[in-house]
Amino acid sequence: MTAIAQDTGKAIRAFRADVPDGQLTDMRRRIDATRWPTRELVTDRSQGVQLATMQALCRYWTTEYDWRRCEAKLNALPQFVTEIDGVDIHFIHARSPHADALPLIMTHGWPGSVVELLETVGPLTDPTTNGGRAEDAFHLVLPSLPGYGFSGEPTELGWDVARVGQAWAELMRRLGYSRYVAQGGDVGAGVTDAMGRQAPEGLLGIHLNLLVTALGAQLPGDTEQERAALEAIATFRSSGFAYFLEQATRPQTIGYGLLDSPVALAAWMLDHDTDAYYKMSRAFVDGQPAGNLTRDHVLDNITLYWLTGTGASAARSYWESYGPDAPAAAAAAGQSPPPVSVPAAFTTFPGEIWRTPRSWAEQSYPTLAYFNEVDRGGHFAAWEEPEVFATEVQAAFRPLRAPQVPEPRR
Amino acid sequence: MTTVAQETAKAIRPFRVDVPDEALAEMRRRIAATVWPERETVPDSSQGVPLATMQELARYWATDYDWRACEAKLNALPQFVTEIDGLDIHFIHVRSQHDNALPLVINHGWPGSVVEQLKIIDPLVNPTAHGASEGDAFHVVIPSMPGYGFSGKPTSTGWGPERMARAWAELMQRLGYPRYVAQGGDWGAFVVDQMGLQAPAGLLAVHTNMPATVPADVDRALLAGEPPPAGLSEEERLAYEQLVRTFQQVEYAKYMAARPQTLYGIADSPVGLAAWLLDHNDADGQPAAAVASALGRTTSTTGELTRDEILDNITLYWLTNTGVSASRLYWEYKGGFFNAKGVTIPVAVSVFPGEQYEAPRSWTERAYPQLIHYNRLDRGGHFAAWEQPHLFVDEIRAGFRSLRTLKIPEPRR
Repeated sequence: MTAIAQDTGKAIRAFRADVPDGQLTDMRRRIDATRWPTRELVTDRSQGVQLATMQALCRYWTTEYDWRRCEAKLNALPQFVTEIDGVDIHFIHARSPHADALPLIMTHGWPGSVVELLETVGPLTDPTTNGGRAEDAFHLVLPSLPGYGFSGEPTELGWDVARVGQAWAELMRRLGYSRYVAQGGDVGAGVTDAMGRQAPEGLLGIHLNLLVTALGAQLPGDTEQERAALEAIATFRSSGFAYFLEQATRPQTIGYGLLDSPVALAAWMLDHDTDAYYKMSRAFVDGQPAGNLTRDHVLDNITLYWLTGTGASAARSYWESYGPDAPAAAAAAGQSPPPVSVPAAFTTFPGEIWRTPRSWAEQSYPTLAYFNEVDRGGHFAAWEEPEVFATEVQAAFRPLRAPQVPEPRR
Repeated sequence: MTTVAQETAKAIRPFRVDVPDEALAEMRRRIAATVWPERETVPDSSQGVPLATMQELARYWATDYDWRACEAKLNALPQFVTEIDGLDIHFIHVRSQHDNALPLVINHGWPGSVVEQLKIIDPLVNPTAHGASEGDAFHVVIPSMPGYGFSGKPTSTGWGPERMARAWAELMQRLGYPRYVAQGGDWGAFVVDQMGLQAPAGLLAVHTNMPATVPADVDRALLAGEPPPAGLSEEERLAYEQLVRTFQQVEYAKYMAARPQTLYGIADSPVGLAAWLLDHNDADGQPAAAVASALGRTTSTTGELTRDEILDNITLYWLTNTGVSASRLYWEYKGGFFNAKGVTIPVAVSVFPGEQYEAPRSWTERAYPQLIHYNRLDRGGHFAAWEQPHLFVDEIRAGFRSLRTLKIPEPRR
């Protein structure tokens, strides 16, 4: 590659979402033409996403739902694309009006996107107009994972969460941030955990809202909280893990339906954990959203996957990070990753798949500097309870910035 | 229910397949309008059914493939529907011209249908036309499982292999067969094992081409991901390794066991359905090597599996919209897979090399104490009847032959 090509690749290009009308018309046409299976034989979610939920969702999707509103919300934020490690990375870059703001890179998960994080942009970048303090401000970087949303789809192997973590460090360097922090839940927690272990220059600390180590390590079951968490993990492994296994092993096979059928995609994405499913289902069936998980917000995310055709590529990210056939699995065989060396912070949300006890967070992160359990929110914490979430992120990183902000002279 | 209604329900009604032209046009329209994912990032099928495979299949499916040929094949056979246990059961019923023919009920599996069994019917019913003797004739009954093909879709839970086994016994009784045998592979093997356990009056024996023989200690080690127990013979250790491989290729089964309803894509997208149905493994690959190679076979004079037959089966699922209802069978079943179930009636076993594992004779003798036939074939796999119909027919004849010599009185001398 020539020097000029390298420069072009590393350029940070402005980006706007602009979906052609024809694509929206085709999407609605497909939803209207859905051929449905028969109703499930049970009265709960134990056979999967319920027919009544899907039919209510589709009714709203083709009649009242307006993608242009989501597009306008995205385009109201500064968005960019830059090529890192051969893949175009899309990101929102919302700088705080406060010059001393702490740079923060926040990573979404599956089945999520930057849409999950949009309502946190205000509270995090502009705390003073959201009832907070200027000292808690962040410059916010919200990238789309490779294969997700408006980011490019990797065409070569090896894009596990560790490689994404390296790309994020490069992104922050390229944006001129020499000191920053990182946050993530779900797959984003995997990326952020990996960054904590890689400890790239400038990374001051991490905050997580999912304990990814709990799915690999043997964690103790001595206290009541620990036993409850172990039980929740066992339930997840026995009845809630099927999407994970399918994506980790056969992403291409499931991808055909996800690309060809809006309803298939919507159902696949709705079928995450029990708590989030019922919250989203109620938003459509009973018109009773939980927090910010409204019909529009749920459909913004699903529609983004549809319009970008990323059902299969997002599923493939599980193959890359967790699949037995992926290069990452071979590389990691028999090796334990280095410990996280930067300060770690953790928040337990009560509706999460399992409620992480402080003891587990301490064992997983010897550098644990902040732990809190809040009273609202679930797996999609930032999405569902953006204010609670923003307050946690602010509190978690507050100790890290204290030395940076000079005390006023008296 | 009144007596009249009961009589009506129990009536055996003739059935013909007659798919409206619009349904075929709509299917082709959907295939042609497929939105495709990008290509897999590997040069093999380790991420699922490759894009090139699906695109080639879809091109043929939407253009030259002819469902009416399959429909004609089905309609050339006597087909019926009768209500059993509240559900309409579709079945093919071909009686042999030979009076001493042995009644046989054959159970298909997933992702199969009666389409899997079409090539074996005439040789079984009409052996003298296929180089065998009159004494090998069968009256053949091939039901569609509940939720599959032209059978009804259950509207309440409970239709697992145990209930199907009882339904097939009722079907044979209703057809006036006081003595009969049963055969199955894949889910059909689960059903015949259950029939063996229930041992309904009249069931003389079963034949299975996916025998459940794994001893309890071996099964425990397998499920725990442990090394094989000490003391296995070389043949048993090989079977253990094959089972380890199989259990790494059954995510599709785990998915359907957990979330069948979430598979809206296999109801709404022909290509989504086809990929899902193609991704079943055999010993030599996932998708099954036998199926993958058949996708490149346009005709066969020796009965080997062809592309049209594979599309016949997939198209049957599409036209009956049974992708999700068929998946629910995995959800219904909570038992073990290849563990010995305790069947004590006479059992015949054929071991095909491409099957999920090659059941060792030692395990098979323990699992089925009244083993009346055990044979290892050198060809054929998980879809044995479909892949190797001649061998399969020979196995069924040989498997049940010992039963007939007892039944047919010796001529006086």
